[in-house]
Amino acid sequence: MKTTGFLLLLALGAPAFAQMDFAGDWAPVQDEDNTGNPYVGEFLGIPMSPASHLRGEAWSGSYMTLPEWQCRPHGAMYISRGPSQVRIWKEVDPVTRQLTAYHAEWLRSIDNPYYMDGRPHPSDLAIHTWGGFSTAEFVGEMLKITTTHLKEDYYRRNGAPSSDRATLTQYWIRRGDYLTWVTIAYDPVYLTEPMIRSSEYRLALNQQIPPYPCDAVEEVVRAKGVVPHELPGKNAFMGEFGKKYNLPLEITRGGPETMYPEVARKIEAERNKK
Amino acid sequence: MRMPKTYLALTGAVVLASGIAFAQQNAAQQPADVRIEPVRGHIYLIAGAGGNIVASIGPDGVLLVDSGLSQNADKVLAALNKLNVEIANRGGLPTTTVIPPKPIRYIINTHLHADHTGGNEKISKSGKTITGGNVTGEFGDAAEGATIVSQQAVLDRMGQAKPALPFAALPSDTYHDDKKLSHYFNGEAVLLSHMPAAHTDGDSLVYFRGSDVIATGDIFVTTTYPFIDLANGGTVQGELAALNHIMDMAVAEFRTEGGTLIVPGHGRIADIADVAYYRDMVTIVRDRIQDMIKRDMTLEQVKASKPTADWDPRYGSPDRFVEGVYRSLSNKK
Repeated sequence: MKTTGFLLLLALGAPAFAQMDFAGDWAPVQDEDNTGNPYVGEFLGIPMSPASHLRGEAWSGSYMTLPEWQCRPHGAMYISRGPSQVRIWKEVDPVTRQLTAYHAEWLRSIDNPYYMDGRPHPSDLAIHTWGGFSTAEFVGEMLKITTTHLKEDYYRRNGAPSSDRATLTQYWIRRGDYLTWVTIAYDPVYLTEPMIRSSEYRLALNQQIPPYPCDAVEEVVRAKGVVPHELPGKNAFMGEFGKKYNLPLEITRGGPETMYPEVARKIEAERNKK
Repeated sequence: MRMPKTYLALTGAVVLASGIAFAQQNAAQQPADVRIEPVRGHIYLIAGAGGNIVASIGPDGVLLVDSGLSQNADKVLAALNKLNVEIANRGGLPTTTVIPPKPIRYIINTHLHADHTGGNEKISKSGKTITGGNVTGEFGDAAEGATIVSQQAVLDRMGQAKPALPFAALPSDTYHDDKKLSHYFNGEAVLLSHMPAAHTDGDSLVYFRGSDVIATGDIFVTTTYPFIDLANGGTVQGELAALNHIMDMAVAEFRTEGGTLIVPGHGRIADIADVAYYRDMVTIVRDRIQDMIKRDMTLEQVKASKPTADWDPRYGSPDRFVEGVYRSLSNKK
């Protein structure tokens, strides 16, 4: 009886012992393609659907000067991949001391709560947000985050769109002072298959994330209702990235095949032919 | 006014069969699964009855924006009654005391389509207009039924429908440019703005000023491309003007999200960013089709070039939208 009780106690207590702590300030380790300034038409590595290609080709950098878009934050589909530092903090029930939620906030984002108290996701009639609605659970020492109710957003800040029907599964994996942030995006509208990306962060004990106030102004004088965009086949900047890095245009356009190592061999083979 | 039961039973079929009874989406014809979603405070979204219905429920009674399809009116009333009783009794009173719900006072029609006006007759008859004094003294039935409010063009077109719609289904209080209820309702101002020649020529935006909620009717939907109803006075330029007007009215809470909540004619609750994305899409498609018209392309050629292919996986079949844009820009009927 005593043994059974002890095992039961161990089993109940196990999650608490196993829980990894992710709280702290973290700085991105930019050793991958997580740059904040991609080229127009640089879609390599994104499994873009045909519709997504068209959106990407229509995109104009001037679009971001519209007053309604000047203060938008980076959404969940991009922010963990971007160049910004992040603060992760814990929300703890003051009575039970149980972990209610983790929160993450980057330099130019909104508070992203990841609820761990078992609350359900909202109905399909509820509003969508830049961070979406997230619940989280421990899987061993990893934290698994499931996000729904996302706004339309982008996978890369050059017009590679994500839809408001997309969902996101994220994993946090901590190894000492390093945090690996894995995102798996599912998008029935703009991706042909799930897109898996990982980004590295390093613990930054002296980091302070400053405020990021924003006031929309008239950056470009234009008639009311004008939306900057490129007509189909008329985007003169689509080839810039490929020219700079000597890459075939069809590769720079992205697509599922550009996610895998074989694409590098294909590029090399093409170059060797010349 | 009382009508034979058989006549009442035919009402739904009449509304559906009439020339103006064009629903925004086919899904609206499916059997109803009426659901209630809280929007903010005393404002609720009633979905699944056809077009979205927005309800203000409180001490002054119930104000509805639109009334759904006629065949779903009973389900709307049942859902509304249940919610109304629940709200009326939120106060820690003894469970044996049940406060009766306050009546439906107003139905505001955002436009004339049957998926937004079909429930007018039945739902309004279940309500009561606020009246008194000389009016009540002179007209014994003045308080019978809720007041149905709309822009004048809605009454004009519904009044001309063939076969004729029941008198009790028609708006009883109309306006031309703008209107505000002459008193607070459930503690806030309710303002109506006419958006000319948009989805139709009689579209109204309904703004709950205290709650900061806008009901848009089918000017804005999250489920499909907009329906430019040319036969009922819609144009793509008016549609865009209306979407831009919604954005002028709305203020984000922070970082372009939240703040003013926007309830579309179909689909989920939204905010200024969702409307901006939709406005961007309509503008870009308009510009593409305008460019094709300049190059003397026919409607068939425009459709074949798939000017909406970027959004088709999101919004579905574009044919009706493309045709609406083409015809309203080219004036070719």
